[in-house]
Amino acid sequence: MKILVDEQLGLPIIRNEKAPQTAWKLREKLLLGLSPSDYRRALINNPVNWFLALVLLVGLPLLAQRYLFGLQAITHGSQDYPWGIILGFGLFGMVPLSASGFLLSTAVEIFDRKDFQPIERLALLNGLLGYFFAVVFLLVDLGMPWRLAYPMFVSFGPAAVLFLVAWHVATYLSVQIAEMLPSFSEWADTPAIKKFIKKIALGLTIAGIILSTLHQGALGALFCYAPAKIHPLWISPEFQWIHFFCSSIFAGLCMVIVVSSLIRRFMTWRCDRNFLDNLDEITIGLARGASYGLITYFIIKIVAIAHDQEWLYLVSGWGLYYLLEIVLAVLLPLFLFSYGVRHRIMGFLRWGSVIAVLGIVWNRLNTVLITYNWQHQQEIPHWKEVWVVITLLSIYFITYRFILYRLPVVFTWKQE
Amino acid sequence: MKLRVNRRTFLGSMVSAAASLFVGQTAENASAHDFTGYESSKGVLVDLSRCVGCRSCEAACNKEQGLPEPEIGFDDLSIFKQTGPDGKRRPDDKAYTVVNAYDPPLLDHPLFRKIQCNHCLEPACLTACFVNAYTKTPEGAVVYNADVCVGCRTCMIACPFSIPAFRYSSAFHPRIMKCIFCYDSRLSKNLPPACVEACPMEALTFGDRKTLLRIARNRLREHPGRYVQHIYGEFEAGGTSWLYLSPVPFADAGFDMHVPNQPIINYVKDFLAVVPMVLTIWPGLFAGFYLLSRRSGKAAIQPPQPEDSSDENTGR
Repeated sequence: MKILVDEQLGLPIIRNEKAPQTAWKLREKLLLGLSPSDYRRALINNPVNWFLALVLLVGLPLLAQRYLFGLQAITHGSQDYPWGIILGFGLFGMVPLSASGFLLSTAVEIFDRKDFQPIERLALLNGLLGYFFAVVFLLVDLGMPWRLAYPMFVSFGPAAVLFLVAWHVATYLSVQIAEMLPSFSEWADTPAIKKFIKKIALGLTIAGIILSTLHQGALGALFCYAPAKIHPLWISPEFQWIHFFCSSIFAGLCMVIVVSSLIRRFMTWRCDRNFLDNLDEITIGLARGASYGLITYFIIKIVAIAHDQEWLYLVSGWGLYYLLEIVLAVLLPLFLFSYGVRHRIMGFLRWGSVIAVLGIVWNRLNTVLITYNWQHQQEIPHWKEVWVVITLLSIYFITYRFILYRLPVVFTWKQE
Repeated sequence: MKLRVNRRTFLGSMVSAAASLFVGQTAENASAHDFTGYESSKGVLVDLSRCVGCRSCEAACNKEQGLPEPEIGFDDLSIFKQTGPDGKRRPDDKAYTVVNAYDPPLLDHPLFRKIQCNHCLEPACLTACFVNAYTKTPEGAVVYNADVCVGCRTCMIACPFSIPAFRYSSAFHPRIMKCIFCYDSRLSKNLPPACVEACPMEALTFGDRKTLLRIARNRLREHPGRYVQHIYGEFEAGGTSWLYLSPVPFADAGFDMHVPNQPIINYVKDFLAVVPMVLTIWPGLFAGFYLLSRRSGKAAIQPPQPEDSSDENTGR
């Protein structure tokens, strides 16, 4: 694992070194200061890239197959399970993990918590990429992806929950791009952009909170359309939106802990002292926030069972499965966080975050796929569908790494 | 300072414009709360005790709607032995209606049930569609417009009867396939749909939904021993244009008895009401937090203390 991104790179580029009048240099901006042949060698020497290449080698033809011959070519094309693992993982799983952007920008910009500043950009990037790739997953799953913009420009169904999701994701994606522009402007040496974004930062942050509240909730409310199809323990029409919103809070925070831990371990050369030295304290702060989210989530899940009078379901087979989810995905990370924060055991916090991140994806898959049509036969995804999910995840990873290597996200750009 | 005002005005107008959109929307929903169907809505009464499973309706539907030739012919009754991935056959992208056979414990012969779109009075597919691809016509049909459909398949999630099917096999012309009550060719001309016309047993009766309910109640009253005392579709999912009478408990004839007695949209209204509240309250609330967390007119007194890191989502 150590080898993940352990490339023998020359000098990390951290400032605009060129003289003001000279042209923008490809080598410095894109190739990390390496010559093309050195850069190629570094790529080939990294076994992670070989793994990614293998995934793409099978996955890209599968994607071509999907666009040439229809969804049937890579999925079971089930009429009973209209949403499969592509949406279940890619949209419903990725979006809560991308709540990080609005959470950290709220902490820093609204509540003036400057101690979280070293991680703010990473949280924003994580949010932006998560949303962007949720849309990519959607483009694979939509029957007519070329009509993606129809709800915005062609035909309106404003009373539908998905209409809110579409509009909010689209506007929030723009907000997140704007929030990431400062790092881009430092890298591209266009300070005017950064100055402008700084002026509207507060507005962007508040817009981010509104849009996130609504569409994290809306993703949950989508399932209120199927009150009789999903197992009652996983659907609670009155509370579904707040369950989804509340769980996105700890999911987003935990995702930042996971990503920052990976970066510190495998991309140390790219981090500056400001990031590395503060990371432990930040992790403790994030884990503390996540544990508040987890305990709240746990309680409102119980409230929903009490409200819908579903206690008896708990002693069925599905009930045990539900309890397993609650214990493994909510209570276990909650315990690890509480104990880890008190005794400053960073391993507990990091592994607790991994569990919570997987747990939230598990919860979303349970809602979309596993307990959907619980009284009927279960759908087991086609291997090609699973491979397509892994392919898109690999592209997500490559994009993420590409940006982290170059833009000042986990390091500070030196001002001339 | 000028810029700040500009920004605030801009944000304010943005928010109020968006809010008015959604407030208007919820008001519309509230008035639709009491919607009990169009006055002139047509319907079909299906009497399961009369159906002999000849599948004439399936054949007629296939011909009327120009659907692909089935693998097993319509006169081949061995199809009733065939089980789909979910136990029984269901309407899909090649058949708008199917007839299934059931063996209820109370009968010594099989019972047949025709399945198609029930044409809800307040259709879940329509209310779930974010591009308005569905229309409930005054005649009672729920029709679909493939020209604006994006293929998100939320209608399939929402339909409590799992009727809409997707043409997964096409990359360039996928679409939802579902019974449209023969709207284009027949219902709009006040003609009964092809399946009703083809039925040799008068198991299907076409007429005004109100009249059909009266007929159904008459049959229940005159032959109390022949039917269970329930009209499936009178209230299910808020009421449907297609209604059923059955000689055995509906669950034994494969009906989903978990379908709620109110329109599916009612389950979503709680959230739709939250939307304008968040849009209007959040800006002020968080702008307030912003002001509260900063001392105006004075320099920041204390540097941030990492030890004292309370978390961000408790709002402290």
